This record gives sequence, structure tokens and C-alpha cells, in this order.
Amino acid sequence: MARDAKKLSAPAKSAKAATPAAKPFKALVTHSDALPLEKELLLSMHDTMVKARCLEERLIAMYKTGHGYFWIGGPGEEAFNVPLGLLIKKGQGPAFDFCHFHYRQSATLLAMGEDPVGAIRQMKNSASDPYSGGRNFAGHFSKREWNIAPVSSPIEVQYAMAPGTALVQKRHGGDGVTIVTGGDAGTAEGEFASCLVWSSRKGQELPVLILVTNNRWGISTPFEQVQGVEKISDRGVAFGMKTKTIDGNDPISAYLELKEAFEYVRTERKPYLVEARVSRLYGHSSASGANMNTVEADCIAMFEAKLEKAGLLTKPQAQAIRERYTEQLADLARLAKEEPFPDGSTIWDHVFHGEPGRDPFAG
Amino acid sequence: MANIAQAVRMALHFAEENLGVTDVFGEDVGPPLGGAFTCTQGLKTSWNSPLDERGIIGMAMGIAMAGGKPVAEIQFCDYIYNTIDLLKLAGNTHWSSNGQWNLPMVVMTPVGSGIRGSIYHSHSFDASATHIPGWKIVMPSTPLDTYGLLLAACKETNPVMFLIPKALMRSRGVELIPGEPAEDKALSKMIDAPLGDRSKWAPQWPELSDPMIPIGKAKLVRAGSQLTVVSYGRTLPLCAQAAETLAAEGIDAEVIDLRTLWPYDWDAVKASIEKTGRVLFVNEDTEVTNFGEHLMRRTVEELFFKLLAPPKLLAGKFVPGIGLADPLEAASVPQQHDVEHAMRTLAVVAP
Repeated sequence: MARDAKKLSAPAKSAKAATPAAKPFKALVTHSDALPLEKELLLSMHDTMVKARCLEERLIAMYKTGHGYFWIGGPGEEAFNVPLGLLIKKGQGPAFDFCHFHYRQSATLLAMGEDPVGAIRQMKNSASDPYSGGRNFAGHFSKREWNIAPVSSPIEVQYAMAPGTALVQKRHGGDGVTIVTGGDAGTAEGEFASCLVWSSRKGQELPVLILVTNNRWGISTPFEQVQGVEKISDRGVAFGMKTKTIDGNDPISAYLELKEAFEYVRTERKPYLVEARVSRLYGHSSASGANMNTVEADCIAMFEAKLEKAGLLTKPQAQAIRERYTEQLADLARLAKEEPFPDGSTIWDHVFHGEPGRDPFAG
Repeated sequence: MANIAQAVRMALHFAEENLGVTDVFGEDVGPPLGGAFTCTQGLKTSWNSPLDERGIIGMAMGIAMAGGKPVAEIQFCDYIYNTIDLLKLAGNTHWSSNGQWNLPMVVMTPVGSGIRGSIYHSHSFDASATHIPGWKIVMPSTPLDTYGLLLAACKETNPVMFLIPKALMRSRGVELIPGEPAEDKALSKMIDAPLGDRSKWAPQWPELSDPMIPIGKAKLVRAGSQLTVVSYGRTLPLCAQAAETLAAEGIDAEVIDLRTLWPYDWDAVKASIEKTGRVLFVNEDTEVTNFGEHLMRRTVEELFFKLLAPPKLLAGKFVPGIGLADPLEAASVPQQHDVEHAMRTLAVVAP
């Protein structure tokens, strides 16, 4: 795939100069209209992107109608998160990829083949929540059979753990890699630097795909107000690692760029830092209202326009997909609403592995 | 007869060979130094980490997630405080994932005063550690217990915080580690790295075995009838010595080494207090929200009508640090005379 290196390295002038709330993100690099991926893959990515958006919109609706306490997720990042999920080698143990995700990754899980009912159950905090049994917020996935480490609310801690799984993978051999994701604001935390340091030691480099989705916001704080770097990917240059900043709003670009980065990490067993510029379409979380932002670029709308122009998808077809998922997810939410909460007595379960849960002070 | 540093080293060697330990790492843990206190000399899986405590704990968590068995060292517990976030996460990973993930990892760190370590080499960590659920917390006071409990820690499938009282690092016990030579010099010749060039040195490990000391069991150090003293770490030998001294005055004290702070051996403590009716808890962490205060709460709630005197806590003064000058350190954390005074006072309180 030919790429324009000059464009790739050009600073995001429009985003830099913009008042973040007022102007949309302008892509650094976009691919031409001659779509370079197979039709089947393109339509599959589109389908999963819509499914993920409908899932997040359902979770927000559940929050707003009192069927969950808090919402956080990744609507607007589907163009990056779906290709990511498609490229992950899922399975358990060091022969497979390890995933240290943050809480905007539902589209990645769906692309990996996860049933969306799990996310709905976690939003409902029902006992049937497969990730935390009703203990944790929406979007806080955990799935050991796919090496998905528990997502936690503290920002950036996952970047400190990623070199650990990667070390075991490097020793194990094979092509399993560690993937870590987080946002732009979190790169100010020390663990981001830890990840760069620990994964790039000369002669001891680790197979970590270090990903940062840059939506240019940290809750309400604009990126420009708190960070001086033009590109977060430049942080990796000082550590001698391969880096790039990509258009995370274009699934074709994201797929091709991620594929190249995955192949490098899998074969060279060295880190790669990828910054993906993305939109944030429903704000940080329910704490900021979770209302649709109509100013920022919508990756699904843009992708649908591209698919339509290429003659691969019509508007009615796209609409039908959206309606189908909206209906399916509403059905799942209705199902979850009837499911019970965990019993209070279960708080003692899983305090320690291998031991029955019990109140140590109960008579 | 090993000292505590040698006991740690022998335990980690045994654990590398027999218990699946894959990584012993931290700042200056690998060759050539082998640890600021020599605890990791000669180990085959030891390596030097970047100077990054958060990175160390994160690395341990990652190794444990992927199927390894790490023993990570924080060089002094004074520097563990910036990892609290990750320690909490390690403690809640099993719980928050509703039982999916568990982290078999050991974090060991020297704690406490006694080496004139001034403000940032004298901290205690037992009170803070016991505020982080999901961890097992161990603090031995003898080489044999250090060896046996570190093996137990390496066998655990949960995170274990292994607190080593640095003042006792060079102290020797009266009990042999199974397999070690009784002669100090013979052991030193086998496993202590030489000064100078160590590049060609390799340890000669004794044929060690596992004394099977379980986490969660206290040790009766001295049986007595009039007064119970519960301690751990640096202050434990002070309590044992005080009990001997006071015996000559006709005060018969029972001394319990708690050894594990979580889960702790309440049965042993309870049985002793029920027998003596008087209890003194001794440790050197700062006295406000001190672990001894928890033990006092439980004593009052469960044993109030068995008590002949109010339970007493002797702990570190609630000041921001331990000053370097001798009188400052002595005034900040319990000393021999403080323990004797507290025991003597408690022994004569009548209902």
C-alpha cells in the first residue's frame, strides 16, 4: 500500500489551531477512493462498526433510563477499534496476543467475536455480567480465555503491565504480542513512560504494540492546554522504536496501518508506538451527559459515504443494518433488565484465589 | 547459621529450582550487586530493572498474568508509596474480574528503622499494606521463618507482600534452615559473592529443603501466664528479650510472633489473651491507624470480659519521619527499654 510519507509526518495543523469543541478533526492521511481491501472485509468492518455504535447507544439509553449507574465507552472510535480487533490473535496464554485495554474498547471485543449481551449485562450490573459479576462499570471488560486483562478505571496502569506479558511472550517464542491501548490525556501519566522505557531496552526489546487513541480531550480539558507535543507518537522516537500517527477515523487506513505494525511486532519482537487520531462522539462519559457531538467527524458516516461511492453499500442497506442492530440490542437490554443483581453475600467471593469466600470477622 | 539476607537468597534459589519462580528482579537485584542487602546474589533468574517502582510492580503483574512467577523487589519500602495504585490493582484483580484472573506474585521490600536510615530508609509499611485487601502480608523476624515463609509466598497463587525488617537483615537465628551448614563461615564461603570482580563467581548452594512454614500461622516464642505480647519484625526480638529480663523480676510474659499480618492467626492471639488477660501489641509503624489498633479493636470487641487490664499498643510516634540522629530515631520507634517499661506497667494493672 503506497503511503505519502510527507503527509504522514505533517503536523495536524487544523486540529492544533482549532478550538477543539468547534472544529472537527481533520485527517492526517486518508486513502484514496479506490478501496484497497476486499469487499467482504470492508462490509464486515462496516457491519461491526455499526453494531458497536448501536451497542454504545443502547448502553447510553440504559444509563439514561435508570438501568445502569454510569456509562463510559468508545463511540466514535469504531474505525480504529474494529480493525484492531480483527487483527488480534485471540486465545489464552503466551502463544496468543495479550490485551491491556482501556474502557473504550467495545468495538474491538465485538470484532473479536464477543457477544454484545455481556456489555449490556455489565451496564445493568447484573450477576450475569461475564466480566465482573456486577462489580465494575460498563466497558470494563475482562476475558481470560482471550487474554483480555481486566480493564480498570485508573488511567494508564495498563501500560505498566504490558511489558510483563510481553516479556513472557518473548521468552515463549512464537508470534504472540501484547497490545496496550489508552487515550491521549493518559500519556501524561508515568506508566506511559514506563512502557516506553521497559519495552525498548537495547537487546531486551519487547513485543508490545503501544496504541494511543488521540481524541484531543481529557474529559473537559483540550489536549493543547496540557500537552506540548505535536504528535504523541514522537514520544517513541527518543526510545528508538518505530512510530507513526495514523487516521483512526478511516477503517481502511487503520486496518492497513495496524496490520503493518502488527506484522513488525510479531516478527521483529520489538515495540511499535501507534497514535491514532479519532473522534469522541458522546463525550468522556455519562458524567458529561453522554450526548451526541455533531461537530466531530463521524467515522461511520464517512465510511458509508465511501462505500456508497464505491458501489458497495446503499443508503437503505446501511439503514437496514443499523435498524437491525438497534432492535437486536434493545431486545438484549430488555432481557438483561429482568436479570437479578448479585447477592450482597457474594462480596467475599474471589478475595483470594483458591479459597472460599468468607467474612473473616463473622463469628 | 544463615542471616536473614542469606535466608532470602537461599529461599529464592530453592524457589527458582523447585517452585517455578521465573523472575527475581528490581533495582540492582541482578549481578553484579545482587541486591542492596545482598539478598539476591547468585540467583539464576535475577535481573536489574529500570529505576521505576511503578514499572516494577506493573512488570510483576504482567509476568504473573502471562503464566510466570515473579518475585519483585522494591529496594526500600520508603519508595513503594508511588506504586499504591498498582498494589491496589494487584489486590483487586481476582475480585474485580469475578474470579477470572489471579496474580501469583511476590513483592519483597525491606522495612523499618534500625540502620540509621533517616527519613527515607526507615519507613514501615505494615499499616499501609494491611489497608490493601487482596494481598497476603508476611513479616518474619528470624532467618528460618524468612526462608520458610518466602517459600510459602512463592507457592501462593495470590499476591504476597513480603516485608523484611532491615534492622534484622544481618541477624542470625537459633534454628537451622534445613540443609544449611551450621558454621557461619562455611555458608558464607558457599553463597556470599566475593568483593571485587564477581564475573566468574558462582554460588555453591547447599542441598536445601522446605520446612513447610505456612502463611497465616503465628509462632509462640515464649510461653507465659501473666501477660501476652504480640509483635512482628524488628520489635519481636526486643519483646522476647524483655520477657526474659522481666522473668527475673517475676513477670511471666507470653510472646507471640505474628509472622503473617494477613490473614493473621487470631486463634493464637485470642487463646493467649484469654489465658493471660493482659495484652501488649508492639510494632514500629506510626501509631495512628496502626495494625495494632485493629488487633486492639478485636480484642476489645471479642475479649472485653476476659481482660484484666486495658489492652495497650506500643508503636512508632505519629511524626512525619524518623530523624537521622540517634536520639531522634530512639525517640520515634520502640526501643528495648520502651518495651520493658510497657510490659512492666501492664503487668501490674489490676482490675
